[in-house]
Amino acid sequence: MSRAWRRFGPAQRAARWSVYVFIVAAIVASARAVEIVPEFLYDAPEQMQDLLRRMWPIAFHHYPAGVHDALVDTLHIASLGTILAVAMAVPVALLAARNVTPSRPVNYLARLLLVSSRSVNSLVWALLFVAVFGPGALAGTLAIAFRSIGFVGKLIGEALEEGNAGPVEALTAAGAPWLSVLAKGYWPQVEPSFWAVVLFRWDINVRESAVLGLVGAGGIGMALDTALNLFQWDRVAMVLFAIFCVVVVAEVLVTQIRKRVI
Amino acid sequence: MKVAAPSARDFRRNPLTAAAWLALAAYVAYACSRLDFTWARFVSGLDNGARFIARMLPPHIEQPDALLTGLAESLEIAVLASCLGILVSLPIGLAAARNLMPAWASWPARALIALCRSFHPVIVAILFVKAVGFGALAGILSLAVGSIGFIGKLFAEAIEEISLKQVEAVRATGAPFMSLVSYGVLPQVFSRFIGFATYQLDSNLRNSTMVGIVGAGGIGGTLFAAFQRFDYDFVCAILLCIIGMIMAGEVLAAWVRGVFLEHGKVEEE
Repeated sequence: MSRAWRRFGPAQRAARWSVYVFIVAAIVASARAVEIVPEFLYDAPEQMQDLLRRMWPIAFHHYPAGVHDALVDTLHIASLGTILAVAMAVPVALLAARNVTPSRPVNYLARLLLVSSRSVNSLVWALLFVAVFGPGALAGTLAIAFRSIGFVGKLIGEALEEGNAGPVEALTAAGAPWLSVLAKGYWPQVEPSFWAVVLFRWDINVRESAVLGLVGAGGIGMALDTALNLFQWDRVAMVLFAIFCVVVVAEVLVTQIRKRVI
Repeated sequence: MKVAAPSARDFRRNPLTAAAWLALAAYVAYACSRLDFTWARFVSGLDNGARFIARMLPPHIEQPDALLTGLAESLEIAVLASCLGILVSLPIGLAAARNLMPAWASWPARALIALCRSFHPVIVAILFVKAVGFGALAGILSLAVGSIGFIGKLFAEAIEEISLKQVEAVRATGAPFMSLVSYGVLPQVFSRFIGFATYQLDSNLRNSTMVGIVGAGGIGGTLFAAFQRFDYDFVCAILLCIIGMIMAGEVLAAWVRGVFLEHGKVEEE
């Protein structure tokens, strides 16, 4: 009897094949069902050229009057939203971490909060808050904050759970009060990942806050929306250029801080 | 090792920390005043909020057809965008890896990836709606652009971290470049690739429900229209369906990861 070496067992192979079949089936089904108007596709190059021609030259003269304030607002929305999110996420993360809060129902409740925050897109949060607080930066800031709670809370909770129990036990044994255990036992262990998570989320929030204005939640998206509705493509190009610059600067800043400090 | 006895000084408040808290408080106060946040506005908002929630409940499906076609279209957009995005981003990610490629290939690829990453999919969708018209195609293309940025970057980083010994071994046998890639490089990055491909499918599913706001197909258009009609009970029903679909997508992604990875863990969000 010849025995050939195989990397995977029959069950593993069957599972892999079923994933492949499933992927192909999903792609074929989607490609057949999706509605694409071919007429639109034929003149796409023409439309693209037209778009670029209307966008050029970029309306730089529009920047001081129409873009600068909105851009600064966007940065404030992103930063304030991140601060608010961290303030709300830390307690939830403490409740969600199994080693900090030794109560399963509380853990699950906190996790449910985090998951529901993450499954709603920040644009949807913005729509909801615009309906509640009216159009403006308040809705945008709250949208950013509520979307970020889930992200920040989940990652900080995981960092807490991965912490070493030794220092915590030592503090508890010495009779340290609850707040001191948190501050001297857990905090030094999670500090690096805490700052990494906050910076990472701030970077994402800068990108996201740029679109919130499309649904009326303040910031540079409002300037973009106005320019789009008036078909002023040179101003649209100006806004896009401003967003691009801010996003690139934010990313470089975050990478540098992470490299130097954390 | 000698351990210094703790003195009272070790537990004194750090003046730098205090200054940082002060600076944070000052920033929050300044930003709030600049963005025109007032307590009165917040309180009146809470009032509105109560009325808003009352109008959202119970969720009511007004147009089942619109809801179903919207959800199906979002799903199709997510699947096709992920497929297209992954196919295009693999060669670009490979070209961007600085340990395998010369600088003339990696810099343009890195610039392209950076450009694709810097805009939110909804903004890219605006441009594609102008280029290819309203509908699902604009959504597919804009999400594919986002996927190129995301997967391209992570794929390039994964390749830059591989062990070059295996690559050298394959190269020493005289293998051509494509064999080098498929036998020396891809097996080393495959598990990470599965991780970010499933993550990307998940994230495309989330965003495919949103690009409809600017007319690029999917459930987002229905949602936005319902919002503008103040049809809040229908909004609530749509949101619940979207959340259900996203959670189902997460379960599916976890299944795929479980099949291909031993521990099913990914580093990303």
